[in-house]
Order: sequence, then C-alpha cells, then structure tokens
Amino acid sequence: MDGAGNMQSEKSKRDFLKYVLGGGLMAWVASVVYPLFAYLKPPKQAEVEVSSVKVGKLATIEKDSGTIVRFGNKPVILLRTSNGELRAFSATCTHLDCTVQYRKDLGVIWCACHNGKYDFNGKNTAGPPPRPLDEFRVVVQGEEVFISKNA
Amino acid sequence: MSSILKKTYEWIDKRVQLETLVEFMGKKYVPVHRHSIWYYFGGVSLFLFIIQVVTGILLLLYYKGSEQLAFESIQFIMSKVQFGWLIRSIHSWAANLFILSAFIHMFSVFFERSYREPREITWITGMFMLFLGMGFGFSGYLLPWNELAFFATKVGTDIAGVLPFVGKPIMVFLRGGDEVTGATLSRFFGFHVAVLPGIFTVLLSIHLVLVQRQGMSEPMGMEDVPASERKTMPFFPNFLLRDLLFWLIVLNVLAILAVFFPWELGKKADAFASAPAGIRPEWYFMFMFQTLKFIPAKVLFIDGEVLGVLLFGAAGLLWMIVPFWDRKSSRGEKSRLINYVGLFVVVYIIIFTTLGYVL
Repeated sequence: MDGAGNMQSEKSKRDFLKYVLGGGLMAWVASVVYPLFAYLKPPKQAEVEVSSVKVGKLATIEKDSGTIVRFGNKPVILLRTSNGELRAFSATCTHLDCTVQYRKDLGVIWCACHNGKYDFNGKNTAGPPPRPLDEFRVVVQGEEVFISKNA
Repeated sequence: MSSILKKTYEWIDKRVQLETLVEFMGKKYVPVHRHSIWYYFGGVSLFLFIIQVVTGILLLLYYKGSEQLAFESIQFIMSKVQFGWLIRSIHSWAANLFILSAFIHMFSVFFERSYREPREITWITGMFMLFLGMGFGFSGYLLPWNELAFFATKVGTDIAGVLPFVGKPIMVFLRGGDEVTGATLSRFFGFHVAVLPGIFTVLLSIHLVLVQRQGMSEPMGMEDVPASERKTMPFFPNFLLRDLLFWLIVLNVLAILAVFFPWELGKKADAFASAPAGIRPEWYFMFMFQTLKFIPAKVLFIDGEVLGVLLFGAAGLLWMIVPFWDRKSSRGEKSRLINYVGLFVVVYIIIFTTLGYVL
C-alpha cells in the first residue's frame, strides 16, 4: 500500500472510532438522563371519579350562607341565597388556585388571596380572576341535598 | 498549651505550607472611605447563613416532613422540646434578616457599581444566592404545613404554572402532582435541606474565594486619588474584629426578635377550608404579590398574571446581567442611568410593599 492510502485508512479508522465513542457517549447520557427525568415526574394517582356527593339536610343549610363541601378531592362552595335558592360552584379561584369563601357582608364570593370577587352566578366581577367559577348542579331529593357535576 | 498549639501548627504547616496563606492574609488590606460601612453587609449575610445552617440542623432532629406529622412535630418542638421555641424562632427570624441583609448588600453593590469589571462573576453568584435565598424562604415557609403556608404554596406554584410552555411541567415537578399535597411537602423538604444548601454552598465558596482573591472593590473615582491619600486598614485583625462586632450586634437584634416576637405556628393546613382573610406572603415577595393584584385579568389578549410573571422575570434578568450592559462603569465613567434604575427599583419595592400592608 502506498502512503496516501495508508493515511486514508488511518483516517477512516479514526472516524469510525469517533462515531462509535461519540455515539456511545450520547447513548450513555440518554440512558442516564431519561430515567432521571422520568423519575422526577410524579406518577398519576388513581383518583376515585366522583360524580355526585350528598351534602346534608336542606334544613341545616342556612339562608344567605356559603359552605365549602368536599367533592372528591376538590373543594366546592355551596351557596344558599337569602331567598332560599341553592347554587354550587367550584371553590377553586380561577386566578391562582386559592379557595374562595362567601362574604355575607359584601354579598359576593370572595377570594382572600388577591381580592377576586364573583357574583351569585359564579361570574368574575372584580379583581384578577380571568374566568367564572365552574358551576355544579344542586339537586334536592326530599330533604337531602346533592351536588353533582354539570354535564 | 501554647507549645502544643505551636507543634500542631508546625505539623500542618510542614504538609500544606500554611505560611503562604498567613502571608496572604497579612497583606490583605481593606480600603477605608466614607462608603466603607457597606462592606459589612456581605459578612452579616454570611453570619446569618451560618446561623441558618446550625439552627436548621437542630430543627431536623425533631421535624417530620409529612402531611400528617409536620404541623404536629413543630408543635412538639415549640411546646415540649427544651428551648425548641427559641431555635425555631431564631430560624424564622434569621431567615428574614438574611434576606434583608442580602438585599442591602445587593443594593449597596449596585449603587457603588462594584459589579463592574473584573467582578462580574462575584455579582452573578451573589444574585443566584439571593434567588436561592428566596427559594429557601419559599420552601421553608411550607414546612410547618399551616394554613398560610398551604395557600402561599398554591399561589406560588400556580404562578410558576402560568408561564407559557414550561410552566405546567415546572408546576407539576414542584408540587409532585397536580395539587399541593403531602407530596409537595416532601419535595419542598428535600429542596430546603439538601438541594438548595448544596448549590448555595458551591456558589458561596466561589463568591468568597473571588472576594479574597480580587480584594474589596473601591468606589468609582478612587483611582484618581493619589496612593498616598488613600486610606486602608489591615483585614487581619482590624477589619475582622469590626466584622465580628457587627455580627455581635446582629446576634443581639436576632435574639431580641426571637424572644419577644416568637414566630407563630397558626392553624394546620386544610385543603377544604377557604383561604383565610388577610392572607399575604412573606414581606420580600410582597411587592410582586401587590403588583399581581393590580394587573387586570386580561391585558390585550395576554393573561394578567402571565404578563406580571414575564415582566418580573425580564426585570430580574436585566438586573442580574447589569455588569454586561453597563459598560460605562467598567470603563470608569459615571453612569446616571444606573442611579435612576436603582432608585426606581428601590422606590418601587418600598411603595408596593407598603401598599401590600396598608391596602
């Protein structure tokens, strides 16, 4: 073999090694990084799908009041207006995730975190909330009050 | 006794040549001028950090980082463990004083332009430490698992979640799920006692080595003063003793605060209770919190809080890279702009913090 051919084969050998080692290194990095990131991502917990909850007796719910009710793992606010009407909304403020409350003195649903306000229809009326609260359905069967998802 | 000390010194010296270090320390001088007072706040921050490490380790002996036990374990520390109330109170107060001292340190460095060439790395590591300090504050705030902490964490992580594209994954990563739960507490506990201290220590080492290696920055224009008129003071022992005196004063302030205004524990977190009225974040987040309150839900077509977060992010970034856009100071020229920017930020923070407390 002449000199030039020798150099050529040397170079291709070097390239081959470069690709094998470089590729090996990348595969190694990926095989470390992928499990690491996968580990950081919390697994989805099986949640019990709740479609309806029993709140209690109608007689125990005062007029002109609001209470937080547990709906699965989410808080829901149940309102009873002064004329006795029942309404329920998601109690999670659409702004930054705080839990709202009923302010009797102001007659609004109020979020303490950033002074967001919603009216009796769950509509955002003042402050930073960008959207209305999601509405839930309230059903009264006999004496019992139920809250269910708004289909 | 002294002969044992001498022998120990000689034994070590023979192996690691302490002599050069001693010589270096002996030659180190601190400039004396009318702004010298600001040199002490870096040291004060360091002192408070050391206090945090010590009291933090002490709290770890009794604290339990879980949803069921966290609140109760702090109740236990405060009511059953001897001097537990004091250790916790010191830890909480020192955290606040640390942020305060770091803020003073940062603004003094900013107004003196000490970040200018060749101290860019010192400035950047310092800024990262301040962010970490706020991270320490935010993660530590959740650990008692009380009502305020619960909602503060909900809001704080939700703000991270509004960022476009990366927001949601970051939020889930921080919370350990879609909601703030015991999983969040576990993660924050890990961040607070392992991740953040680890990173902080590395940054602190770089910061301190640079300060030693480059010496103290002198105010702008000192180069024009003839060498014979420049006053200095030996670092060891003159400056160090003054440093220690300052630390002693801080320790006293800390003790007074911790004893006479013990940190409260509040009510245990309840995922099914409304956010309590008067809820507010720690004072050093207040100006951002108050700004978010003022931004309307929609500005043009952008969500208010997205806009707020992006604006603060951009402002923070610009602030952090000031050594690179303020070329005037590096050339030794006066730059009015820096004064205006600094004053604007100080005034903004003061006004919005005050509004947060009076509104």
